[in-house]
Amino acid sequence: MNALVPTQLDEALRVIGTHPDALVVAGGTDAMVEINAGHRRPRMVIAVNRVAELRSWTYDPAGATVRIGAAVTYSELMESPLAELIPALAEASRTVGSPQIRNAGTLGGNLGTCSPAGDGLPVLAALGAVVHLASATRERSLPVSDFMVGVKRTALEADELITAITIPVLAGWQGYSKVGVRNAMVIALASACLATDVTTSSVRLAVGSVGPTIIRCADAEAFAGESVSFARRSATPATVARFGELAAAASHPIDDHRATAAYRRHAVGVLASRLLRRAFPND
Amino acid sequence: MSALVGERTRAGRLGDSITRPDGTAKVQGSFQFSSDLNAENCLWGATLRSPHPSARIVSIDLSAAYRISGVEAIVTAADVPGQATYGLISQDQPVFASDVVRYVGEPIAAVAADHPETCRRALEAIVVVYEVMAPLTDPERVLDGSHPPIHPDGNLIRHQRVLCGDANATGPIVVEGTYEIGMQDQAFLGLEAALALPDPGAAGVELYVATQWLHEDQKQIAACLGLAPAAIRLTLGGVGGAFGAREDISLQVHTCLLALRTGRPVRMHYSREESFLGHVHRHPARIWMRHHATADGLLVKVEARMVFDGGAYASTSSAVLINAVTHTQGPYRCPNAVVDGYAVRTNNLPCGAMRGFGVVQACFAHEGQMDRLAAACGIDPVDLRLRNAMVIGDKLITGQVIENVAPVERCIRETAALPLPDEPVGGHDRNTMRLPGGAGRTADAGHIRRGIGFAVSIKNLMYSEGFDDYSTARCRLADGVVTLKFATSEVGQGFVTIAGQIARSVLGVDEVVLGTIDTGVGSAGSTSASRQTWMSGGAVNAACLKVRGLLFDAVAALYHVDANSLSIEGSDIVGASGALRVSVLEASTGLEFDETVEYRHKPTEDLDDNGQGDCHTAFAFVAHRAVVDVDPELGLVKVIQIATAQDVGRALNPLSVLGQIEGGIAQGLGLAVMEEIIMSEGRVRNPSFTDYLLPTFLDMPSVVVSLIEEPDPIAPLGAKGVGEPPTISSTPAIVAAIRDAIGRPLDRVPVRPIDIIG
Repeated sequence: MNALVPTQLDEALRVIGTHPDALVVAGGTDAMVEINAGHRRPRMVIAVNRVAELRSWTYDPAGATVRIGAAVTYSELMESPLAELIPALAEASRTVGSPQIRNAGTLGGNLGTCSPAGDGLPVLAALGAVVHLASATRERSLPVSDFMVGVKRTALEADELITAITIPVLAGWQGYSKVGVRNAMVIALASACLATDVTTSSVRLAVGSVGPTIIRCADAEAFAGESVSFARRSATPATVARFGELAAAASHPIDDHRATAAYRRHAVGVLASRLLRRAFPND
Repeated sequence: MSALVGERTRAGRLGDSITRPDGTAKVQGSFQFSSDLNAENCLWGATLRSPHPSARIVSIDLSAAYRISGVEAIVTAADVPGQATYGLISQDQPVFASDVVRYVGEPIAAVAADHPETCRRALEAIVVVYEVMAPLTDPERVLDGSHPPIHPDGNLIRHQRVLCGDANATGPIVVEGTYEIGMQDQAFLGLEAALALPDPGAAGVELYVATQWLHEDQKQIAACLGLAPAAIRLTLGGVGGAFGAREDISLQVHTCLLALRTGRPVRMHYSREESFLGHVHRHPARIWMRHHATADGLLVKVEARMVFDGGAYASTSSAVLINAVTHTQGPYRCPNAVVDGYAVRTNNLPCGAMRGFGVVQACFAHEGQMDRLAAACGIDPVDLRLRNAMVIGDKLITGQVIENVAPVERCIRETAALPLPDEPVGGHDRNTMRLPGGAGRTADAGHIRRGIGFAVSIKNLMYSEGFDDYSTARCRLADGVVTLKFATSEVGQGFVTIAGQIARSVLGVDEVVLGTIDTGVGSAGSTSASRQTWMSGGAVNAACLKVRGLLFDAVAALYHVDANSLSIEGSDIVGASGALRVSVLEASTGLEFDETVEYRHKPTEDLDDNGQGDCHTAFAFVAHRAVVDVDPELGLVKVIQIATAQDVGRALNPLSVLGQIEGGIAQGLGLAVMEEIIMSEGRVRNPSFTDYLLPTFLDMPSVVVSLIEEPDPIAPLGAKGVGEPPTISSTPAIVAAIRDAIGRPLDRVPVRPIDIIG
């Protein structure tokens, strides 16, 4: 196994272009598990975690967006001021692995793996993030919902690299919840991100681990938008319950050794209801 | 090669909380575990394993593997020069499968090559043709006789009945339940690893290995290699935890065989996934119990049927079963009993020793029953246990009389009196991460219900059923320095600390040097059954006393005093009259005393057909109280506090005792709410730490401890074993607390979210 360690973006894009079969790693927290278990045996690895352009983030107050380099780590996403700009992403990041994993794992890697259980992905889906891709010859951007194609399948071409993610900074409560059978360091059995936008009086909900990829719950969102009061920050108990039912209905989970489909569906409904109640604490 | 060699333990005598000689190295990462061992010109070894739980081996073709450059040797069953099978109690497990495979992961061949990658490719190149058969995975199919034998020894490993008193006795209150215990893994962090160095001409081999019992390994390896035991010299490699999983042979014979075949050093390591397949586990069990009691809650009779799934090979299943059936009553008086226990063979993973050794399963059932009984009688669960608590002189259902200290009532009362957590649900800082669901922030305080549960246990210490259980220690005193030599496996329990404390207390020295832990001295027996402080501690103590006797004789002769009048005071020898005071250093300068002693506990008996007999040596007791927070809607649990009062006899090193208590509780918590090897049709679904979940810091509760110190006159140092009890009743206490929180029965561990939401 050979490894290339570019330190600049153009260099990274060039070597990815010349080695389209190479495995691109940032933190390596997904890739190394597969390599150590013998499930993946790459001949060439390109490590992009030392590419300076991928390691930083910028806030654009006028456009109300944050652009996060693909190799920014979960630990960095948990720090101020990013944690205040996108609180749900900070909460999701805290649920990832152990401190060591959070120091290595990156948001770009989460997208690249595109596991249905990826902890950052429901947040990106709920907030309507845009993924920026580049190759040696072109650049393109696409909504995260288009980027995520299926279980561990994305729109990324072999010569492309995820360079950054642009995330809208919304005014309004947002949060992330995740169910696992352990109190930390666990793969999600069900997860959910709820974000509110007071400027449009809208509620967004994305759920994870309950389908082949992250699911935006359009029916639940539309129902909540009509039923809650942004002014009083209120939702009736019936609204909270119905919101959970709609979220559960939008999910289509599977049975596996971690949990049954029925439990996952139930759990994601509970998470959705509880998140809505956190966003709208008054009856 | 062990990091402990020649290590001088820091000053400290019995009763002092001194720290471990290997502690700093382990924390800093410089401790040499057996997986760190290497030698010049060393080859790597790897094992080919069966992908099927049950299959006939039609053919094995090694030719393609041999053509790979760097492959030095491949061995199969045909290359085993001695006994083809091994095992701790019955030798029923093949070194390599030759005709049939009986579980997923069963070894078929081993390869030695120049690099792990070469090994991997060689394993891939070995062509095994299987005729796949339907696996036997349901223990009940063994008992109903509907499945043909899957092994020449048959499918029933052992049946043991216990009949005590009047089988027809009953009482006004009768409660029954069926309890299930899942398969738990020992999950030690230091994976299986060994380094074998062959003698010239393949006359013998030197093996560095992480194990619980060097001499038993030596015996079994020698038998399989067809060599004299003395030709196999074992040295303890640094051990990263054991918990029973290193009692059986895993890679020992394979590594030695490859080294002898190639004439070169061979190192072998298991991966985590391989480790799940490569060692025995805690027996999954199904236990039915029916308790009969008076209206006041006094036990009249216990009935039980226990089925333990031993998996493909016997390992210690028969002894595990005996522990379970003889502990059916728990730490309670019970005059009548009818118990039937079965250990059966299936095509599931082989099961054997794990911390608690059969008593974990029995205790989960009898404590569930005690709570059912308390509810049926309308008596507080703690009060019910107090009414039935056994005392010295009480008879077990085996007819054995409890002779050692039995402070069951004190364990219960002191546990109940320990302070409950003062924090509200969610903690004083109202952090959602402190609620069930933890970092996932799934709940708010209003979703949570708190519950409290109680459980008590009895655990036998040392080996049972007539086993010649002994330990050997050698003590040498010269120029004021003591050197101790023993073969006691240090697996993390802390005997290397205790041994020095004993020598300092008995001989008044400051400096104690520990010799290499190897087979250069007699057997110490296994580091299991909570036995080493008692057994090897007893041996070190006896060896030191013998040396002290010789030292006193020398001093008596020199100073013309009566040796019987001498004693140790600090680091001096003093005479009874006070006239004589000479330091041990001065008195031993120029002299050398060197004594080796074997220590034995009193003999035990086999059980008869009715399960009667003094089969155990001694017992320890403990009570646990659990406080848990439960999210009933999501089925998630957070254990908030465990309170425990444990019968320790005498705490020789209180810090070390506390370590055992906290660690044991973590393992008991794991079984209660998350740890399980999930099998379907003989295959493991979760052989990784991604899916086999162990408790993290955020799962571990605060632990409040009361040590009950009533030195046991039967124990050589007054100290009882402390390693197993914390694991045993912590599990049922936690489950009782969850039941209390949700108000419904839970009869299976680990408790899963779906069990809680119902």
